[in-house]
Amino acid sequence: MLAWTIYITFFGVLVLMLLPRDNARAARIVALLTAIAGCVVAFVGAIQQANPGEVTTIVKVPWIPSIGANYYLAADGISLVLVVLTGLAAVSGILFSWNIEKRTKEFFAFYLALIGGVYGVFLSFDVLLLFVFYELTIIPKYFLIARWGSTRKEYGAMKLALYSFVGSHLVLIGLIAAWVVAKGQLGHASLDLIELSKVAFPVAFQHWVFPLVFVGFAILAGMWPFHTWAPTGHVAAPTAGSMLLAGVVMKLGAYGCLRVAMVMFPEGVREWQWAIAALAVAGIVYGAGVALVQRDFKFVIGYSSVSHMGFVLLGLATLNTIGLDGAVLQMFSHGIIAGLLFGVVGRMVYDRTHTRDFNDLETMQLGKLIPFAGVTFVIAGVASMGLPGFSGFVAEFQVLMGAWSVFPKLTILSGVGILIGVAYTLRAVQKGFYSDAPPKSVDHDHPFEPITIAERFGAVMLIGASLIIGLFPGLLMNWIEPCFNSPLSMFARLLVKGGSQ
Amino acid sequence: MNPVNYLQILQLAAPETIVTLTVLVVLGADVTVLRGKSIAARFNIGALLAILGCASAALLAFMRHIEANLFNGLLVVSPSSDFFKVALLVLTIFTILISTSGKFTDHVGEYLSLILLGTIGLMFLVSTEDLLMVFIALEFASLALYILTAFNKHNEKSAEAALKYFLFGGMSAAFLLFGFSLLYGIAGSTNLREIALGIAGKGFDPLLLVALVTTVIGFGFKVAAVPFHLWAPDAYEGAPTPSAAFIGSGSKVASFYVLAKIFTLGFIGAEGSAAYHNFLSGWTPVIAIVAALSMVLGNLTAIVQSSVKRLLAYSAIAHAGYMLLGILSNTPVSASAMMFYVITYALTTIGAFGVVTVVEEATGSDTIANFRGLSRRAPGLALCLMIFLLSLGGIPPLAGFIAKFFLFSAVVNAGANLGLLWLVILAIAMSAVSFYYYLRVLKAAYVEDAAEAAPAIQVPLLTFLALVLLAFLVILFGVAPGLLTQFL
Repeated sequence: MLAWTIYITFFGVLVLMLLPRDNARAARIVALLTAIAGCVVAFVGAIQQANPGEVTTIVKVPWIPSIGANYYLAADGISLVLVVLTGLAAVSGILFSWNIEKRTKEFFAFYLALIGGVYGVFLSFDVLLLFVFYELTIIPKYFLIARWGSTRKEYGAMKLALYSFVGSHLVLIGLIAAWVVAKGQLGHASLDLIELSKVAFPVAFQHWVFPLVFVGFAILAGMWPFHTWAPTGHVAAPTAGSMLLAGVVMKLGAYGCLRVAMVMFPEGVREWQWAIAALAVAGIVYGAGVALVQRDFKFVIGYSSVSHMGFVLLGLATLNTIGLDGAVLQMFSHGIIAGLLFGVVGRMVYDRTHTRDFNDLETMQLGKLIPFAGVTFVIAGVASMGLPGFSGFVAEFQVLMGAWSVFPKLTILSGVGILIGVAYTLRAVQKGFYSDAPPKSVDHDHPFEPITIAERFGAVMLIGASLIIGLFPGLLMNWIEPCFNSPLSMFARLLVKGGSQ
Repeated sequence: MNPVNYLQILQLAAPETIVTLTVLVVLGADVTVLRGKSIAARFNIGALLAILGCASAALLAFMRHIEANLFNGLLVVSPSSDFFKVALLVLTIFTILISTSGKFTDHVGEYLSLILLGTIGLMFLVSTEDLLMVFIALEFASLALYILTAFNKHNEKSAEAALKYFLFGGMSAAFLLFGFSLLYGIAGSTNLREIALGIAGKGFDPLLLVALVTTVIGFGFKVAAVPFHLWAPDAYEGAPTPSAAFIGSGSKVASFYVLAKIFTLGFIGAEGSAAYHNFLSGWTPVIAIVAALSMVLGNLTAIVQSSVKRLLAYSAIAHAGYMLLGILSNTPVSASAMMFYVITYALTTIGAFGVVTVVEEATGSDTIANFRGLSRRAPGLALCLMIFLLSLGGIPPLAGFIAKFFLFSAVVNAGANLGLLWLVILAIAMSAVSFYYYLRVLKAAYVEDAAEAAPAIQVPLLTFLALVLLAFLVILFGVAPGLLTQFL
């Protein structure tokens, strides 16, 4: 059933391509319907899955027998969480880009192609298939930003595309080497992730190939110091583009780290555990610190994404159940919250005021002019700070719990990152919406276009998701926990030593 | 010595014979019936005849399953060589289809028949295991290619390109012949298998090294590998675009096929090793160097090109580098991976050149700037271009990606202890570079707008049909490579 998320989405791309060129309205509706259908299928399929702790095969047919590749789609609890996230992000992204007038049909075609690729990555249990979907997302990203973006869009788009491509090529090198070694050990060619997760790669081999694959994926997860694509990319992207970049694309990277790099090379992870944690914490603190001094509203959110993704990587590096649980939950939580923040800044504020400069925004008193945006941003900001009651709290708390037992000093340091996080969020709220600076000019005395129904829907949907998971984390934890707890799962090898500390 | 049985030769060389007859028909029709008709009509009818001939030859080669070896390897017919003839004929058909809209010449019959003559040379090239025949077939095909390059008489660059191509080609032929003569001297035979026996057990003598290097030089020119690549960018740029497509596709397929044959059949025992930290002199390290240089130089130079044809030429040099990896790793798996790569590459290249042809005819030049706004001016054409360039860049699920995966995994698998991994790392790193310049062209087509209110581009029907079919094949072989690998 879940496979239909992919098929429906790509079918939507086809339908969009066949639509007449200038019918923007039809394009929007087709895109929205496709995204909703995908989202519903994701939800229903996820709920129907009986045992989230096990990998449930959806379809497995031979694809290229000579190299052992299968068309193998399956899902476990982690896939379920991320597929649901993708569904939510896709729908809200379309709601927040309802006002795209320039080449609407092409915009949504690229948008849905990206979403389809993302669904594919989360559901692939064949490494080659996963890689195919992973690379498939690069091209739509590039065109979405370069064509429909703002501020230095071509630079941002090319940077993102090249970073992604270099990352995926690092992965490719590692995969080819691993494929050859695994072939020697298994006696037959295999690209099946579950099979590869049981191969005992030589320790020395793991030590050098793991960082290659991990970094290759982590580039897209915004790991410091390879994060520089993220702020520029987010800022340059159109609203829906940054929502997807922060919401799901960065998760692709983190997911690849966990599902491919860590599962295949557990010895490699143990060797590099400290380095990953250190880089993750560096990202948390650095991202937060830089966010604190930005003048451009979107850069604040862009750097905050780097900071929050640091928690995901830190959680991965703990190699204990609670840390990994937290990491996966943080992927979901950040996807929702960052999407919301970008929605507010990109759509509600920038599309109306045409500026993101705090110096200009300070004089506008947006909190009074567009109160809905102000309130939404406050809620999103509070969620992003990690206040109890929102999903971010549960996630980051678990990550810190997990990290405390392994790297106490680094954990304290990341606490500093959280404090700075509070500071930059409050600063953004104050400067962006509730400044008491006197109005500088009367340029903006004309009322802004009121917040549309589409925006309200999107905002409420994302806030709701974050609240529900914050109050009832069990809903997702019931999917995530069994994946790491079961001794039979593909992660078992990863946790054997790390969890005992 | 057995008396020569001409009937048997004719039977074994039936596909070539059919194409030869087609040449006569096309030429004849053009000078008689079609005289006085418009160029477009002559092109269309001539193309139809040529395609009919090629298609029937291809069908024949595809249907028959014979193994034969005439005159001690001079003419070898096997299902494998027959499949490559089919591939060559298909490539020729596509080349003809994209040239039908050409306005660069009024010598339609001659142009079409030269393409066919070139194809005949290439067909003989893939069906021989004898150095003499290799040389004759290669020169026969090359002569046709030289003339095809010079065919645009309105363009000075065309003549310059052809002269350059011809001089370089002539020199490479000399090198090749020199190398072959040494081989004959060492082994006492021109037959590849006998050469292998002849040089086996003789150790590694300097004469063999000279023979080896000169052979590599000779073929290096033909496949445009660095440092013997200098003719390629000029030839690609100056030649009429369909001719460039033919040089970049059909001629490449045949050259790589025969190159692989010479090295893997003829130089058994003189492989050496190109493994990291474990170099041994032989032919593989020589090719490794040429391959590495081609990948690096081709990709880096392509970045700065403003003419799309030159860009494609440098990308062709880079791709030749990747393909050479398949030869030097020297296993049956890597050889078939290499052939998969060459064939899918050839299909993609014809497609890319086809798009360039249309844009060039419509806008007058092939610079990247002329591709601006293509997604609005000709959406279908732009989509085809995107598919071809992304495939060349190695983006899944297109054929170019899966070809790279096949090739690189086979190469790594071939070297013991991942010894050849360094070459693959280099290749993958360079392929990441290549993505940048393909994206530059696509950026012009999709992101930038045309300078003024540029009119829509009318894409000639036949060309468009060929492009759509090629794009379809590129996707098909990417999604279901088994359809092609079963023959390799």
